[in-house]
Amino acid sequence: MAALMTERKRSALTRGRLPRYTPYVVAGSAIVVAAALMSLIGFNVFGWAVLSAVLFAAGNVACSALVEGRRKAMDKLATSVVAGAFLVALLPLVSVIWTVLVNGIPGLLAPGFLGTSMKGVTGTVDNASVTNHTPVLGGVYHAMLGSVLITLWATLISVPVGLLTSIYLVEYSADNKFSKVITFLVDVMTGIPSIVAGLFAAAFFGLVMGPGTKTGFVAAVALSVLMIPVVVRSSEEMLKIVPNELREAAYALGVRKWRTILKVVIPTAISGIASGVTLAIARVIGETAPLLVTAGFATQINSNVFAGWMASLPTFIYTQIMTPTSPSNPDPSAQRAWAAALLLILLVMLLNLGARLVASLFAPKTGR
Amino acid sequence: MSTTKLARGMKSGRTGTGRAGDKVFSGAALGAGVLIVVVLFAVALFLVIQALPTFSANPADITGGRGFFSYILPIVIGTLIAAAIALVIATPIGIAVALYISHYAPRSMARGLGYVVDLLAAIPSVIYGAWGATFLASQLKAPYQWLADNLGWIPIFGGPASGTGKTILTAGIVLAVMVLPIIASLTREIFLQAPMLHQEAALALGATRWEMIRMAVLPFARGGIISAVMLGLGRALGETMAVALVLSSGPLIASLIRSGNQTIAAEIALDFPEAFGLRLNELIAAGLVLFLITLLVNMVARWIISRHKEFSGAN
Repeated sequence: MAALMTERKRSALTRGRLPRYTPYVVAGSAIVVAAALMSLIGFNVFGWAVLSAVLFAAGNVACSALVEGRRKAMDKLATSVVAGAFLVALLPLVSVIWTVLVNGIPGLLAPGFLGTSMKGVTGTVDNASVTNHTPVLGGVYHAMLGSVLITLWATLISVPVGLLTSIYLVEYSADNKFSKVITFLVDVMTGIPSIVAGLFAAAFFGLVMGPGTKTGFVAAVALSVLMIPVVVRSSEEMLKIVPNELREAAYALGVRKWRTILKVVIPTAISGIASGVTLAIARVIGETAPLLVTAGFATQINSNVFAGWMASLPTFIYTQIMTPTSPSNPDPSAQRAWAAALLLILLVMLLNLGARLVASLFAPKTGR
Repeated sequence: MSTTKLARGMKSGRTGTGRAGDKVFSGAALGAGVLIVVVLFAVALFLVIQALPTFSANPADITGGRGFFSYILPIVIGTLIAAAIALVIATPIGIAVALYISHYAPRSMARGLGYVVDLLAAIPSVIYGAWGATFLASQLKAPYQWLADNLGWIPIFGGPASGTGKTILTAGIVLAVMVLPIIASLTREIFLQAPMLHQEAALALGATRWEMIRMAVLPFARGGIISAVMLGLGRALGETMAVALVLSSGPLIASLIRSGNQTIAAEIALDFPEAFGLRLNELIAAGLVLFLITLLVNMVARWIISRHKEFSGAN
C-alpha cells in the first residue's frame, strides 16, 4: 500500500488527492469503531447507525483536510451535512408511518370495525372487553360516513366556485385591477389557519341559524373556505397552459366564447383540474380543527348533513385519544384511534396517488 | 351534415341564444370571483361581530379576570414561542433537504425524493398530533431530564422537567416536522430556478460544489428562502391539532421543558366545543387575533415573493 501511495504521489495529476477507495475504508472503520463505542455504553441499532454516520462524515472530512486541503474538506463537510439533514428529515416520516402501522393494524382487522358505529359503546363495554379479553367493540362507520359526506358537500361548493373563479381570472379578466384583487385575496385565503375557517363558519351560522348550530353542512362550509383557494390556484395554472391556438381556432370557426371554454379549453385542461381537485380533497379530508368547532361529536350514524351532530375520521381520532370512552381503560380507545388514523392515512395516500394517476392518464395529447 | 349543424349554430347565434349563454357564463365567472371577495370579507366581518362583546364586557368577567388584553397576551406569546421553535429547527433542515434534492441527489432520484417530501405534507395534522403525544413525547422524557440536570441554569431549560414529555418544546418539534415540507418544497423550486450559466461558470473556474452553491445559488435564492420561511411561519402559527394533542397546557412560563404555555389555536380547539356565552365571544376574539397575525405574516411573505419575482425576471 505504501508503494501504491508513492506511485500516486509521483503523478502530477493525482497529487494531493485521496485514492478512490478512501470512503469505503473510512466507512468500514467508522462502523467498527461505532460498534466498539456502543458496546461500551450499551448497544442499540439506531445509536449504532447514527454514530457510524457521524464518524464516517468526520473521518471523511478529516482525511480530505489532511491530504486535499481546506476547500475540498469544506465541500465534503457540506455534502455530509446536506445528506445528513435529508436523512434526519426522513426520520419523522418513517417513524409516523411505522407508529400508525404497528398500532393501527390490530384495530383495523378487528371484526366490525368498518361496519359499526360507536352507538352503545360505553366505558363499561370497554372495561368488559379488557377484563374478559374479548375483542374491542365499536367502529368507525359513522365517522367514515361523516367524513365522506362533509367532504362531498365541501367539494360540491368549492369546485364550481373555484373553477369559475379561475375561468374568470384566465379567460375574462384580461389582468384588470379586480383580478389582481382576487389573486391577492386567494393568496390570503390560502394562509387562513384552519381553526379560523371553522370559527368563521360557526360564527356565521351562529348568527343566521341561532347560536350553537352544529351540523355537517356548517363543517362543509368551513372546509370550502380552505378548499376554494387550492382549487382556484391549481385550475388557474392548468387553464393558463392551454395553448392560445386552440382558442383562436375555435373563435375562427365562429364558436361563442362560453362554448369555446366549455368544449375546448376545459376538456384540454381537465386532467390537471381533476388532479388539483383530488389533491384539494386530500388536503381537507384530514382537517380536524374546523370540524371540531362546527360538526360536534356524534357517536351514532347520521346521514343528514343539515341536522344534528356529525362524526368524522379526524375528530374521531382526536376524541378517542383526548377523552377515552373508558377513562380507566384507555387501551380500547387508543386501538380504535390508531386504526382510524391508519384508515385516514390510507385514504389520503390513495387520493394523492389517484391525483397523480389522473394527471398522467388523462393528460392532453400534445401534437407530437 | 356538419355544415347544417354549423349553419344552425350560427343561426342560433344570430337569434341571440348564444349571446345569452355568453352573458350568463361570464356573469357566473365574475360572480364566483366576487363571491371569494365577499367570503373573505365575511370571514373578517363575522369574526369581528362575534368578537365585539368581549371588548365591551366587564374586564372582571373575562377569563383571568383582568380584561381581554391580559388574557390574550400569554397565549399570543405561547403561539410565537411554539412557532419560533418550529422555525429554528425546520429552516436549516428544510433548506438542506431542498439543496439535497436540487443539487446533490442523482438526477434520476430527485423526482422520487420530491414526492417523499410531499408525502410528509400529506399526512393529516391530527396524526402528527397523535404521534407526538404517544411516541415522541415519551422518547423525549430522558433528554429533557438531562437538559434540566445539566443546563438547568438557562431559563428555557429550567427544571423540573415534565414527567410526560408533553411540553412546548415537543409541540414545537412536531410543528417543525409539519412546516419542513413547506419550506423544503418552496426553496427547492427556487434552487432549481437558479441560473444554470452562473453555476456552470463557477464550476468552470474551479469552484467546488459547495463554493458554487454559496456563490451562485444561495444569493439568488435569498428572497425565496425568506418568503418560504414566512409561509412556514404562517402555517406554524395557525396549526391547531399538533399543539392541542401534544401540549399539556398551562400558564405562560419561560421553561420549554415543563408543562405549561398555550397557543391560540389549541386554546380554541380545546375550549370551543364546551364554551357558551361570553367565553364563546372570547375565543372568537382570540381567533380574530390569530387571523390578523397570520394575515400579516402571509402578506409580508407574498410581498417579498412579488418583489423577488421582479428581480429574477430582470436577470
